[in-house]
Amino acid sequence: METVNLTSNSLSPEMQSNSDRVEKQSPAEKRAACLQQLLEISKTDGVAALSELQAHAAALASELAIPSTRDEDWRFTDLSKIVAAQFVAADGKASVSTDAIAGFVLPEARSSRIVFVDGVYNPELSDLSAADNVTVGNSDALATVSKHVAQLPGSEEVFTTLNTATFADVAVVHVAKKAIAETPLHLLFVSTGSNRISQPRCMVVAEASSQVSLIEDYVSLGSAQGGDGSGFSNAVTEIVVEANAQVEHSLIQREAMGSFHIGKTSVIQAQDSRYTNIAVQIGAALSRHNVETHHQGTQVETNLYGLALVAGEQLADTHSNIQYNHPHCQSDQLYKAIATDKGRSVFSGRVGVPKLAQQTSAAQLNRNLLLSNKARVDTKPQLEIIADDVKCSHGATVSQLEDDQVFYLQSRGIDRDSAQHLLIEAFAAEILLKLPVASLRETLTATVTQRTESAI
Amino acid sequence: MGSSEVILSVKGLTASINGTPILKGVDLEVKAGEIHAIMGRNGSGKSTLSKVLAGHPAYEVTGGEVLFHGEDLLELEPEERARKGVFLAFQYPLEIPGVSNLDFLRASYNARRKEQGLEEVDAFDFDDVVEEKLDVVKMDAAFLNRSVNEGFSGGEKKRNEILQMALLEPSLGILDETDSGLDIDALRTVSEGVNQVANENNAMVLITHYQRLLDYIKPGFVHVMYDGRIIKTGGKELALELEEKGYDWIDEKLAAGVA
Ligand SMILES: Nc1ncnc2c1ncn2[C@@H]1O[C@H](COP(=O)(O)OP(=O)(O)O)[C@@H](O)[C@H]1O
Ligand SMILES: [Mg+2]
Repeated sequence: METVNLTSNSLSPEMQSNSDRVEKQSPAEKRAACLQQLLEISKTDGVAALSELQAHAAALASELAIPSTRDEDWRFTDLSKIVAAQFVAADGKASVSTDAIAGFVLPEARSSRIVFVDGVYNPELSDLSAADNVTVGNSDALATVSKHVAQLPGSEEVFTTLNTATFADVAVVHVAKKAIAETPLHLLFVSTGSNRISQPRCMVVAEASSQVSLIEDYVSLGSAQGGDGSGFSNAVTEIVVEANAQVEHSLIQREAMGSFHIGKTSVIQAQDSRYTNIAVQIGAALSRHNVETHHQGTQVETNLYGLALVAGEQLADTHSNIQYNHPHCQSDQLYKAIATDKGRSVFSGRVGVPKLAQQTSAAQLNRNLLLSNKARVDTKPQLEIIADDVKCSHGATVSQLEDDQVFYLQSRGIDRDSAQHLLIEAFAAEILLKLPVASLRETLTATVTQRTESAI
Repeated sequence: MGSSEVILSVKGLTASINGTPILKGVDLEVKAGEIHAIMGRNGSGKSTLSKVLAGHPAYEVTGGEVLFHGEDLLELEPEERARKGVFLAFQYPLEIPGVSNLDFLRASYNARRKEQGLEEVDAFDFDDVVEEKLDVVKMDAAFLNRSVNEGFSGGEKKRNEILQMALLEPSLGILDETDSGLDIDALRTVSEGVNQVANENNAMVLITHYQRLLDYIKPGFVHVMYDGRIIKTGGKELALELEEKGYDWIDEKLAAGVA
């Protein structure tokens, strides 16, 4: 990404002068300038109904900078490649054919699919004919859910603010009270590459006692479809889970290997609700997933699962944060990473249990499989537990493929390569098997096998 | 018996781990239809011998030869040995979380069949095959849907090993302390399983500490292993003698230079 190919007409005069000045700037100035530049390039007409909110965010963003590794939240993830890169506006006008996305269509959600191209709704590529008992649409469908946008805790975070200030459209999922959406919804966010920065935004409201399964899926156009593997997606999804509602949320980040992806999942849960997040991070040169849930009632259940796969020189960073506020709530977290070549994986899991959140049960486990001695894993649990009558556990493991396991499989006639693949697949399967649709499980398992080939 | 085919011929086998010699010249010949028992103290090299025969990469063979049906066994990868009919029941079977026992058994079964020039069996037909073999070790079908050995008790792991042996129908079965950790019922079941697999065309090598296994599986030959060598070979009565007199008796004989 240090060398970027920009077509001359996509480079604005302001950017030109900005980069000329770069030499004289301090690193801090560069990081601030970078954010202002991203804000500038990303500027869109926005969503009329939210113009005040977006203007407010733009004002906030003008004071912010790209974080440095001195910021505790970014200690292990150096964003200087983003600072050094040159991005251009995603005008949402890139034309994408049905054929170009055919490979990403999930048979199980063929007709419950909404497609956004560089953050903008594309009705031609979408098919919502089988999306029952749920309202799915773009910003035109915001209606009553608009009041929730950018209201969730954590919305002042820098990349979230950037997104709020500049998003051009919003994916909306609204499940009415007691409605049960039977078919999984596929929210497909297509990035067209060519160094475009896009600001995908998603607002989900599951009203009381409703149920829905979402598959939020970030992909890049392949080279045959005009994609060049670059780009920057800065995505934000907000989810309101009302009382007794159940949301199963799969998040697949499989963007091109030369791209950047920063994604945020912010959730609030009312009493008796259940929220499950299954995040698979396998794409992008550098990716960050911030997932946070805030409990707003008792008997809340939160399940956070994730698999990151880093090969080549990829870095994948997951920061989870569960904020308890009420008694009798529970959470389960299992984050796994496979790191090969010079891949780097970062996990930080914060669990906040204040005094009033008695009878909390919170489990957190981070397991890492290192397939190369040049790969690296950084893991950091952050348990902030004030309540005293709680059951909280956490653990982190780093392991390699075990020779004795490989030998055991070999001694039963399974060749060495297959044995190693089998063990890697088994490691990934614990997360991938939680995905609700078989086609995705199969595709992603095959990707894991193919991408770890170099380690075998 | 003298005219039976030689299945395994080990001559002067020496092997080390991390540069430390463990096997110091093992000689052993096993023919079709035979059951052998190898006894010996902890640390005498019994598991090392079994792992060297199965091809464990941690052990370095430093001398001697091993022929399996006349072919140089040491040249072959572990999986090739398995496919050609060498089966090692592990003293400590490994747990493989995330790999279904059923899928594992089928992959293994098909690898062996392919080698034998037989057609591979699909998941559907394999259900019948495995069903029948479950009976051999009286194992509950529920174990098939679990991950390989994960959370199995010691006895369940050993049954799973014998189930694998029954499926693969090896030409040479090496059972490393399959009896240890089993209660008497499990011991009987596992022994009966072994007896069902043993026939005049294959051979079994039982590694054990205890005479009690030999109440159920009758070996024609009993070997005593001591410091990386087989120092004594006899019939079934040798096992009884060991049981009665303990291994000190061997030490004394060695000291007297008469073993
Ligand atoms: N991985 C190893 N590293 C070092 N020494 C080993 C290893 N495995 C076995 N040994 C040594 O080899 C000797 C024989 O061990 P083993 O074959 O397990 O004996 P047995 O099965 O008869 O109890 C013992 O002294 C043991 O300590
Ligand atoms: Mg042993």
